[in-house]
Amino acid sequence: MTQLDFSTILPVAVLTAWACALLIVDLFIPRDRKGLTALLAAFGLALTLGISLTQVGRELSGFNGMVMLDGFSNFLCMLFLVTGLFGVAVAYGYNRRMQIERGEYYVIMLFSIVGMLLMSQAADLIIIFLALELLSIPLYVLAAFAYPKAESQEAGIKYFLLGAFSTGFVVYGIALIFGATGTTSIAKIIAEDVPAGAVDANLLAAGAGLVLVGLGFKVALVPFHMWTPDVYQGAPTSVTAFMAAGAKAAGFAALLRIFGLSVSPTAWALAPVLAVLAALTMIIGNLIAVAQTDIKRMLAYSSIAQAGYILMAFAPLNDERLRAVSVAAALFYLVAYTITSFGAWGVVMLLESAENKGLNIADYAGLGRKYPLLGTAMTIFMLSLTGLPPTLGLVGKLYLFRATVEGGLYWLAIVGVLTSLISAFYYLRVVVNMFMREGDPQIHREWWLEFTIGATAVITVVVSLVPAPLFNWAQQALIKLF
Amino acid sequence: MDFLLQPLSLVTFFPLVGVLVLLFINSEAKTAIRWTAIGTALITFAISLWAFFFSGLYNPASGDLQLVAKYDWIMVSGWSIRYYLAADGLSVLLILLTTFLTPIALLSTWAAVQERVKDFMIFFLLLEVGMLGVFVAQDLFLFYIFWEFTLVPMYFLIGIWGGPNRLYAAVKFFLYTMAGSILMLLAILWLGINVGTFSVPDMIGKVPAAAQMLLFMAFTAAFAIKVPMWPLHSWLPDAHVEAPTAGSVILAGVLLKMGTYGFLRFNLPLFPEAAVKAAPVIAVLAVIGILYGAAVSYSQKDVKKLVAYSSVSHLGFVMLGMFALNSQGIAGAILQMINHGLSTGALFLLVGMIYEQTHTREIKVYGGLWKITPIFGTLMLIVALSSMGLPGLNGFVGEFTILLGAFGSAAYGSYWYAILSAIGVILAAIYILYMFQKMFLGPAGEITHHHELKDLNWREIITLLPLLVFIFWIGIYPAPFFNLIAPAIEKLLVPFQAILLAAH
Repeated sequence: MTQLDFSTILPVAVLTAWACALLIVDLFIPRDRKGLTALLAAFGLALTLGISLTQVGRELSGFNGMVMLDGFSNFLCMLFLVTGLFGVAVAYGYNRRMQIERGEYYVIMLFSIVGMLLMSQAADLIIIFLALELLSIPLYVLAAFAYPKAESQEAGIKYFLLGAFSTGFVVYGIALIFGATGTTSIAKIIAEDVPAGAVDANLLAAGAGLVLVGLGFKVALVPFHMWTPDVYQGAPTSVTAFMAAGAKAAGFAALLRIFGLSVSPTAWALAPVLAVLAALTMIIGNLIAVAQTDIKRMLAYSSIAQAGYILMAFAPLNDERLRAVSVAAALFYLVAYTITSFGAWGVVMLLESAENKGLNIADYAGLGRKYPLLGTAMTIFMLSLTGLPPTLGLVGKLYLFRATVEGGLYWLAIVGVLTSLISAFYYLRVVVNMFMREGDPQIHREWWLEFTIGATAVITVVVSLVPAPLFNWAQQALIKLF
Repeated sequence: MDFLLQPLSLVTFFPLVGVLVLLFINSEAKTAIRWTAIGTALITFAISLWAFFFSGLYNPASGDLQLVAKYDWIMVSGWSIRYYLAADGLSVLLILLTTFLTPIALLSTWAAVQERVKDFMIFFLLLEVGMLGVFVAQDLFLFYIFWEFTLVPMYFLIGIWGGPNRLYAAVKFFLYTMAGSILMLLAILWLGINVGTFSVPDMIGKVPAAAQMLLFMAFTAAFAIKVPMWPLHSWLPDAHVEAPTAGSVILAGVLLKMGTYGFLRFNLPLFPEAAVKAAPVIAVLAVIGILYGAAVSYSQKDVKKLVAYSSVSHLGFVMLGMFALNSQGIAGAILQMINHGLSTGALFLLVGMIYEQTHTREIKVYGGLWKITPIFGTLMLIVALSSMGLPGLNGFVGEFTILLGAFGSAAYGSYWYAILSAIGVILAAIYILYMFQKMFLGPAGEITHHHELKDLNWREIITLLPLLVFIFWIGIYPAPFFNLIAPAIEKLLVPFQAILLAAH
């Protein structure tokens, strides 16, 4: 390993080392002081975030071009690290309250984040596979973390089985792509594919399609979304919040690497498929969400629908002029979604009690009246998920719609806005319950959780008023493949 | 922060100062809360008067956009989105109407709103910011943000302080309005991308004729629901009836005008060719709205519903005048927007005042009210006559000018629209007088008989008085109002003369 290799994966290396060390240190932390482990985990994430910040603007390629550091990976690394910080913040009090506080929680989470970081840097299909496993396996464990609880175990098993299944698709797809092109390096695959007739296009398309299916499972696209509501509902909510934001963003990182800025004709041929998948995901996700009464299931379907919106950015990718803007729109929306969804899940955690109480949407009755600030924050999150001002969700959606309108995919844009209207119906129901119905909800005061909710709410509003810097940053995060 | 010190920024965002102050007032100190909110609204009104009449920065004789505040906002990757506020004759009266009606509506809540007063006032002031923003924004993106934002506080006002069926009405209001505006959003994006700017004045004359019709329809979807034009009006009676009185006043007085203003500010100047083509269709819908609204008003048993449906009829007149595409029609339409805000606002206030005492709005349980509550009866009579368009009061001036415009309209090419809508004026007299007769004349009804009804108190009279001043002023001497709007209309109509000449 040369020094260049090392500096390319510096954040990954540091966080891995930190996680391993923490695993040992945790043994010496007494059972009733696991807050210390959380603190150390957060410190490690913050340290890695600092390292990522020093890497802004650098472009390196290591391990014979298998891993690369560029604006894209740097942008996503920071997003994942912030996701991790939020993940630790919301988990600390919640896990204690749910009596699932164990030190290894934070360590496992760190390993999952390492997988996400690696995913954003992967320039080779093998690395994508490795990163996918590294981020998923800890998540399977975390989903089952409340293990005497049947729902949690069920979530873990379900997630594991379907996850393993989907990884199988990815591997098989990689094998087919390798068969067609003789390489696993994304840059070389594209180079092979560009001259017409150089490769077996059908074989390559089949391989790319299988990879799409596998990653589609990860980011919960319809029709590969079946696991999502059950897993999101059964897993401890702290895990769900982390998974909904992090795993989805990581899946999109891989999708963007493979399909995003690809100039390969095969990827272009798949653009209409992506558009149809996006439309299906938005329609089905939003329609089923309307029928939910459990807030975790509702947010699960909402997260499916949100994946559909992000996927809209992929539809105009075969248009060279729009590629940079579309990728930037996808990255921008990932940030908006991460922030907003963490806030919303945070509110869910604040209301949730042991034995699955406080999870019905009806349990939110009176929340806005009893706790106006909390109600306001939740309203902001719901507005943001719907895409209404003054929130980040609106700006993010505008960027996404812009990509589709500019790409001439009017039908997709219309599906997008109409499904937003459907989504308004179920997001509003939460607001109706909070402010317009009588009730006496019980919340659990936890400083870090409340801090996360407050911070995400403020970011959601403030960044929506000055979105240009974030968008500029996302736009500079272009993938450099050549 | 220079942009916040511009006159129109001050007008638009000053209510937020009140919101900030309110946040720090104990929610039990209801009187302090009320005074703070009303004071804020009054200062906002004063600032708006200053900006237009006393600052010397606004020249009413010019038809151009004035009091311009233009700053770059989001200028990345081909977007050019600006913080761009300005006003001209098309918006000046509506801005003043908003700042004028808000304190009146707030004053009317003194006794009516006892629950969660602080939240009510906060939402109301936020609503004022949104409405003012809609009238001053000259950038489509900024406009859209204000436009959608008004939904949120209004939704809460209906949903929390509304009548028994408020949840249904609030959600219906929200979804209906949002359904229209999301189509507009796509049109806005298309314009921003293909014209290269989101600033409306820079877009004028640059929208390709081939694309105009679809864009026109997308914008129409948003505005026609808001107005509401027949057959998209069904959210209106629900929202009006369930909303608290102050909410109804603002809903009828200002929110509906956002729709008609949208036509005026965006549809006409941006898509003139499409507007000329669509004018007869709009006129047909407007005439149906006028007659339908009047007929349905007549058959209402609930007096608030009657007033609500009369709005459909009145706004039909506004649309008819606007799409006549001549100076009389548009001037009448703008004035009628103001008139409707004053008269219907006053009607809702009056209905709310009696409802506070009796808790029923059924027309048939009243009767003989004039004898018991003479002040109330007199004021009601004046407002009712103004609403039905009696000469000498404001409604007449607006409707008459609109009919003149529609009669001579080259865009319509037929005087039948004007003739049919004139029937609407007669119908208005029928349903208004019918209501007045049943409630105020004749033998005492059930409620009038059993209730110890009190006449209006000084606070209620003060609430209504400013409205009455303008009802008479516009009715007797409307010239100053027409003078304010005329130059902007001349400028607006410039492209239409050529198009209409070419068409005939």
